[in-house]
Amino acid sequence: MNQHVAIASGKGGTGKTTIAANLAFLWARLGRQVLYVDCDVEAPNGHIFLHPKIEQRLPATTTVPQIAKDLCGLCGRCGSFCHYNALLCLPDQVLTFPELCHGCGGCIRLCPHQAISEVPREIGRIEMGTAGSVNFASGLLNIGEAMSPPLIRSLKNSLIESDLTIIDAPPGTSCPVIESIRHCDYTLLVTEPTPFGLNDLQLAVEMLRALDQPFGVVINRAGLDDRPLLDYCLKEQLPILAQLPDDRRVAEAYSRGELVCSVLTDFQQLFAALLAAVDMVLQQKKANLTTGRAS
Amino acid sequence: MKIAITAQEPSLDSLIDPRFGRAPWLMIYDPTDNSWHSIDNSKGLNAAHGAGIQAAQKVVDQQVTAIITGAIGPKAYRSLKAANVQIFHGAKGSVAQALEAYQTGDLAEADEDDATGGI
Repeated sequence: MNQHVAIASGKGGTGKTTIAANLAFLWARLGRQVLYVDCDVEAPNGHIFLHPKIEQRLPATTTVPQIAKDLCGLCGRCGSFCHYNALLCLPDQVLTFPELCHGCGGCIRLCPHQAISEVPREIGRIEMGTAGSVNFASGLLNIGEAMSPPLIRSLKNSLIESDLTIIDAPPGTSCPVIESIRHCDYTLLVTEPTPFGLNDLQLAVEMLRALDQPFGVVINRAGLDDRPLLDYCLKEQLPILAQLPDDRRVAEAYSRGELVCSVLTDFQQLFAALLAAVDMVLQQKKANLTTGRAS
Repeated sequence: MKIAITAQEPSLDSLIDPRFGRAPWLMIYDPTDNSWHSIDNSKGLNAAHGAGIQAAQKVVDQQVTAIITGAIGPKAYRSLKAANVQIFHGAKGSVAQALEAYQTGDLAEADEDDATGGI
C-alpha cells in the first residue's frame, strides 16, 4: 500500500530537508521501497544531501487560455470570472497574461462562443533518479515564474508508485504547501524552540486542522528555550514525535552536504526512534482503514 | 474624455497615490460637466498578483481615456496601451494639484522605458 508522509513547517530553515532526507535514507536501509520528493520547487535542496543520479528530465507545463479573435464576442465574461486577473477584456480585444493564470479552466467553460482553448506553457522541469536505494524526484520552477502550485501538481502527478513516499514541502502555510501535503497520510511539522518557530508552528497547526489531516510535531535544535514551545504543544495536545538536540556537529555535517545519520551514530538512534513513531501511526492508519472496509 | 487619478482617499484634497494598481481609490474626472466620482480600488490594494490589470479593467470600464499617477508597472502599462489610454506619470501633491499639473502640461506621458521611474 502506497503511503505518503509530508515534512512541513510554518517557518523556513527549521530542518525539513534534513529530516526528510535522513528518514528516506533510513527507511530505505530497512528495506522499504522509498520515494523522496522535493516539492520545495522554488529552492530545492534535497539533492545536496541525497546526491541522486538524475536519470530523467521532463519539462513541466501548465495550461493557459488562448483566445481565437475571430470567435470572441467581447462579452467580458472570462475577464470578470478570472480571480487572478489573467484576462483583461478591452472594448476591442481580450488580453491574456499567462504568467498569472492558475490553469483552472473556468474561462473556457464560461465562454459562450467557444473562443477559448487551452495551450500548454512550460513553467519548470521535473527531475527523477536514484540516490542509492532511495528513488528521488524533484521539481525546479523557472526563474521569474510567480506560481509554484501547478509545477508541484505536475511533479506529484508524474511520480512512480512507491511503498512509502516522503514529501519534502516548501516552508510556510500558503498554496504551495497545501498543494504539497494534500492527500498525505501523515504530516510531520518541524519546528524549533524560538519565538519565530513557535509563532509559525501555530499557523501550520491551524492549516493542518483546517485541512483535517493528522500530524505530529518534531522539535529540531531542542534545548534552546523549549518551555514556551512545550507549553503550547501540551495545551493543544499535539503529539511530539522527536526532539533533536541543538548540536554543532549536525551543522557541520549539513554544511558538508552529508546526511546526519550516516556520520553521527547518536543521531542515527534519534532518527530511528522518530521513524518508528511515524511507522506506528502509519500502521494504525492502515489498520483503521482495513477494519473500516471490513465493517 | 474622462481622466482617472490615483488617490489615497476619495476626495480632491487627498494626496495622490503614487501607485496605479494598488492605489486605494481612483478619482474619475469628467471635463464635459466638470464632475467627479470615486471608485473603490481596495480589492487591487490587496491582490497578490495582477493589481495593475484589475485597475486597468476598472479604468477601461469607465471609458477613461487618460490616467494620472506616480508610476506604473509593466502589466498595467501593456493593458492601458492596448486600451488606448494615455498615461501621465510623476504626479505629486493632491488630486486637485495633479489635475492642474496635467492641464498646464507639466506631466510627462509615460513610455515603456520610464513607466516605472516616475517616482
